[in-house]
Amino acid sequence: MKVELQNITKSFDKKTNTIDNMNLTIEDGEFVALLGPSGCGKTTTMLMIAGIYKPNEGAIYFDGEKVNDLEPKDREIGMVFQSYALYPHMTVLNNIAFPLKQQKVPKKERLERAKEAAEMVQLGHLLNRKPSELSGGQQQRVALARAIVKRPKLLLLDEPMSNLDASLRIEMRAEISRLQKKLGITTILITHDQEEAMTLADRIALMKDGRIVQFDTPMNLYNEPDNVYVAKFIGTPPMNLVEGKIMYNKLQIDKQTYPMDKSRFHLEHGKEVILGMRPYDIQLGWTEEIRFLGKIELLESIGHSKIIHANVFGKRLQLFAKQDFQAEIGAEVRFSVQPAAIHLFDKKTGKSLRKAAPYGDEMFVKDAALQ
Amino acid sequence: METAGKSVPTIPGNTFLYQLKRKLPYIISYGILAVTTLPVIFMYLWLIIQSFASNMKYGLIPEGFSLENWEFLWTNIVYKGAELPSIWTATWNSLFFAGMLTVLEVLIGVMAGYALSRLTFPGREQILKITMILHAFPSIALLIATFYILNFMSLYDSLFGVVLVKTALQIPMTTWIIKGFFDDVSWDLEWAGLIDGCSRIKVWFRIVLPQVKPGIASVSIFSFLSGWSEFLLLYTFIVSNENVTLASFLQRLTSDPNMVNYGVLSAISLFYLIPVLVFFIFTQKSLMKANVGGVKKV
Repeated sequence: MKVELQNITKSFDKKTNTIDNMNLTIEDGEFVALLGPSGCGKTTTMLMIAGIYKPNEGAIYFDGEKVNDLEPKDREIGMVFQSYALYPHMTVLNNIAFPLKQQKVPKKERLERAKEAAEMVQLGHLLNRKPSELSGGQQQRVALARAIVKRPKLLLLDEPMSNLDASLRIEMRAEISRLQKKLGITTILITHDQEEAMTLADRIALMKDGRIVQFDTPMNLYNEPDNVYVAKFIGTPPMNLVEGKIMYNKLQIDKQTYPMDKSRFHLEHGKEVILGMRPYDIQLGWTEEIRFLGKIELLESIGHSKIIHANVFGKRLQLFAKQDFQAEIGAEVRFSVQPAAIHLFDKKTGKSLRKAAPYGDEMFVKDAALQ
Repeated sequence: METAGKSVPTIPGNTFLYQLKRKLPYIISYGILAVTTLPVIFMYLWLIIQSFASNMKYGLIPEGFSLENWEFLWTNIVYKGAELPSIWTATWNSLFFAGMLTVLEVLIGVMAGYALSRLTFPGREQILKITMILHAFPSIALLIATFYILNFMSLYDSLFGVVLVKTALQIPMTTWIIKGFFDDVSWDLEWAGLIDGCSRIKVWFRIVLPQVKPGIASVSIFSFLSGWSEFLLLYTFIVSNENVTLASFLQRLTSDPNMVNYGVLSAISLFYLIPVLVFFIFTQKSLMKANVGGVKKV
């Protein structure tokens, strides 16, 4: 089902807008993640799509049909809540069968379909338990089964994995991805975990203060962030950001100047800018064109590699080194980055200074990111 | 291997004095409690013995066993030359009064409690405060006004009229208690029900109400007990014999201090106690839960 939000505004106290003039189009069968820090309006957006909240302004369309005044029960949606919201007084089987019961599906068929859904999430052996007798992961599966049992046209997932431990989370992530592909349901996922959004979603809508900052594929968000906020939010460890100033066609940081690619960026003399570099794009040694000399402040081993925290211009930058990299704390370290792999943002507005990237250049950037 | 028995004398924990010292705080506190509760226990004992004795010497020592005092169960008592109504009429009336009160209180309390907990409407906070103040009024202060109203509505000397009065007086507290239970039900649960295909009313009935069952149970128990033991309102507003309840029935037996038959009085008092005891034994669990779970929030 195609979901469209047009100029949606929602306010709870008439003073500030929780959601501010939001536009969003989700194609049929697409998996979209609403990503953002807590309090940015993700859940409000979802509850409006579910029909629990009504937008103050704007319209919501399901397959081109306006649904602003449609009751939640008539919207053909399934939803998994952050708290799972299982019915404590019903068994697992009755929980899953509940949506079907409301649709007046005959008992025999209802139970069959509920069992089928339970099998799909590997719950077949727990049907007669009460929710309080299940572990968090099992409860989550029940909630998922209950959401998909009536074959909804739209699946809403509100931070479904935030209450699970790390290993279960990865397992459930795979499970959700598999189910969504198998059933082909249009799905909206709310999360504040960028890794979850990156791995699951076809497209991510990154939100801040009730607005969508950028809505694009995970790789485009990573490689071509439209502003500093996106750059900081996407990617672990986060992008290194250093403030500087444009001097003619060069970037000046402290007393160092670096050549900038005029074909990639709008360079305006005297403009204060922020230079962004992904830790993965930084090479040890002065092999590339843009070179830095830093002091090692901290060396963290994360198994397959090491993270160097280096102090340059009083700023702490992070970069990766090989597993066997050895150095003293306080030692000098040389590193460099390709001009094609850097990002430039306007310090005042936070907007990217990137020109609409030509085809070849874009490929180049993507290759650089893969290193 | 050294056995446990051999090592006994060396452990100070097993000497008599040590044991005494350890248990002393318990012995003292239980002793004090026993002495203070003795009069209550003694009163009940006296009540039971008196009802089965044919005569009490000095009012204390029972002489002979008899069921004479329990004759009220099958014959009507004659008191001061007039025949009192059957005990079964009074029992039925008491049951009707307490049962009706429970039904009304729970019905109104559950709906009002939900509204006050969940819905936002102008004056919600004020209503919550005012209901609390209402509860502070002793019902005796309202007797005259209530009489006028009942009389005006021709509900004077009608059990149902008194049920209405009592319900009105109890509703604030009931609503508050049930509201506390509704506050503990998460919005997510309600929303899940809406999305799963229920209307708001169906969600309330199918999903929210089952969550507050312990609250409903405790409120039912409290209102039944308070209805069963209600005296003042019934004594004031009920005059006819066929509408008499057990509490008023007992009062009639003691209306003239010179002519009280203590044997019969204690037998009827016991009879009056039995339903409460039975009820309490069966509902004790829910009552305990209510004390733990009935959190109040504005």
